[in-house]
Amino acid sequence: MISNETRRRAEAGRKPLSFRLNYRSQRYLFIYLMLGIPLLYFLLTRLVPILYSFNISFREWDVLSPEKPFVGWANFSGLFKDEAFRKSLTNTFLYVAVGIPGQLAAGLAVALMLQNVKRLRGFFRTVYFIPYITSIVAVSWVFRWLLMPNGWINGQLLSLGLPAQPFLQSPDQAPFVVALSMIWQSVGFQMLIFLTGLEGIPKMYHEAAHIDGANAWRRFRHITVPLLNPIILFSAVIAGISYLQSFAHIVSMTQDGGPLNSTRTLVYHIYKLAFKSFDMGSASAATVVLFVLILAFTLLQLKILNRKIDY
Amino acid sequence: MNPIIKIAKPLSLLAAASLLLTACGGNNTNNSAAAPSSAPPSGASASPSASAAAGGDSQEKVTIEYWQYEYPSKVALIDELIEQFEAQNPNIKVKQTNFPYDQYNEKVATLVPAGKGPDVINLYYGWLPKYVSSGFLQPLPESAFPANEIESKYYPLVDAAKIDGTYWAIPTAVRTLALFYNKDLFAKAKIAEPPTTWEELVEDSLKLTEKDSNDQFVVEGLAWEPGAQLHHWYRDGLLPQAGGQDLSDDRRKILWADTPAGLEAFQYLIDFAVKHKVGTTGVFTDDVTAFKTGHAAINIDGSFRLGSLKADAPDLNYGVAQLPSYKSKSAPSSFWANAIPAGVTGAKLDASIKFLQFLTSKEVQEQWVDKVGELPAQKEVATQDKYLNDEKLGPFIRQLDNSKAHFFIDETGERTLFVDATNEVLLNKVPVETAFKDLVAKTQKLYDDYWAKADKK
Repeated sequence: MISNETRRRAEAGRKPLSFRLNYRSQRYLFIYLMLGIPLLYFLLTRLVPILYSFNISFREWDVLSPEKPFVGWANFSGLFKDEAFRKSLTNTFLYVAVGIPGQLAAGLAVALMLQNVKRLRGFFRTVYFIPYITSIVAVSWVFRWLLMPNGWINGQLLSLGLPAQPFLQSPDQAPFVVALSMIWQSVGFQMLIFLTGLEGIPKMYHEAAHIDGANAWRRFRHITVPLLNPIILFSAVIAGISYLQSFAHIVSMTQDGGPLNSTRTLVYHIYKLAFKSFDMGSASAATVVLFVLILAFTLLQLKILNRKIDY
Repeated sequence: MNPIIKIAKPLSLLAAASLLLTACGGNNTNNSAAAPSSAPPSGASASPSASAAAGGDSQEKVTIEYWQYEYPSKVALIDELIEQFEAQNPNIKVKQTNFPYDQYNEKVATLVPAGKGPDVINLYYGWLPKYVSSGFLQPLPESAFPANEIESKYYPLVDAAKIDGTYWAIPTAVRTLALFYNKDLFAKAKIAEPPTTWEELVEDSLKLTEKDSNDQFVVEGLAWEPGAQLHHWYRDGLLPQAGGQDLSDDRRKILWADTPAGLEAFQYLIDFAVKHKVGTTGVFTDDVTAFKTGHAAINIDGSFRLGSLKADAPDLNYGVAQLPSYKSKSAPSSFWANAIPAGVTGAKLDASIKFLQFLTSKEVQEQWVDKVGELPAQKEVATQDKYLNDEKLGPFIRQLDNSKAHFFIDETGERTLFVDATNEVLLNKVPVETAFKDLVAKTQKLYDDYWAKADKK
């Protein structure tokens, strides 16, 4: 764990085979040792299991069976032949495609409005943030109750003369209802991030543009958005990863990822494979697919959104 | 440096912290699971004959571990039973470990391969094939549990624990499904008796259904939730009642489509939601909630619901009746059974067998009915007058002779396929015949895959 730097210095001090380091080196050694402890923990609890799951994904791994034969790519090909897995994959993409723009747009809109008010700002900020820290299970059950066929929302629709909607009972509507509830729950988080980002944009740019005759939309389009780019990138990456990993909403809001697998996500499918069917091999293979997806997704976002800005 | 980058850095820390926060608060799956609680043996209550039967004091003390899922009344009763058992067998100590139901398989799956397994384990009968084909269990010793004795003393549904010609597990208690009906709603609809035939069930549920001016359910005639108990009702109730057969004798083939009875029964079940419109999925979130709150007049549910109805809806005026019949009688049943894992040998095995014999004794079965509300697994215990004449338990017990327990190779998988088939008809307007054919084919595929794996071993 001793860095080359430390070693070089120790040798340069011409004290062969001596452990007496000077004060500076001792300090570095201590710092690196301290930094190494969390690293070791990270390696053991994160990296090793990740690598191990790669191993499992190439085996027929029934948890209860002592033999775990190597089966090559069979788990992966089995997955892609499985209708439910393919559906869960497309659903996950759907959540990402609907969720990220929805979440960013809603968060930014709330942040822009809040930035323009002075009174009750703290109050609104708190109110919008509350859903984010509320238990997903509780929120999901409230939505479920509101959205049931004879629930409150349908009651309101009917009293307005509109037809009742099946919502969570319909394969066409259910994924969007679930995505909406996920957006609703994370608006507060995005709002907070954007609000801080907006505070960081120097006022003089807006003032200068205003004097030059730029209207609000142009100022937003050409000053706010480009200067918010790092924040947007950060938010999109965080949101993207959370949508790729969505699980708790599916468990609590839908019946087994239904109807007809329309809300089932990749992570939910992994859970079912691993802990309901005991098929760790296929579950690990699906985890590897998820790992590759998240990696590719993040790299892509970094590439597209991480452009240098100068001002 | 760019001022926004300066802000973004501490922000990412904040984000990570809040992610952690939600991870802790979001779901409650990380609570501590193991709650071993063993009471000290109360030697004083041991009768002399009992301690004599346990063998000499020269024997070394053996500690065995019993696993079951966390169900308060069962956990409390097992604690009591352990006390009784330890008094009779001073050389054996039993330690109970519990896991929440949702995590039970998960815990078994992770702890057992790590060698931290139990000596006696309580399993849902539907999981047995998986456990057996994984080589996790050992057959019940023929000397202590002779097959012919099991077959003569126990109700025939216990046959589901017989795999490859041997018994792998034995239950203390069993459960059946019956018809729960709301007496107040029946009185309101002027129906005197609960339905006894398929036809009557349709007529009554039509009369009981109440909708508001917007055609929304106020009262469901029959709560209709295929993913709850209705898929069991189909396999072990409607199908055999219509004259169909569930599985071939070697349990390799799904025979639902081999006679017209399969489709007839499926159509009958679907019609409640599609044709008669007396109930549908998701009304009052689910069937149990609808029934508890008086928004469903009839629900097909299990004896295991008696306890929670008593606790959650003490004022609900309801009755229990046997399931309506058609060409014959048949009721779905299920059970949790105790088994001995493969690795248990020597003194621990002897102690485990003794504990298992104790758990299946008449006295324990009687305590089980009183404290847990599940039905005795042995005929002579169940058919005592005090149980048969009980208003709520009686109908469940009278069905036991005609009860069946489907041999599940993958309980969640088979249920999902069934629910999907009903949804295809209900939501995608797929013809019933097509959905049914598809269901049979897909279920058969599940069985083929299972047997292909099992044959390889």
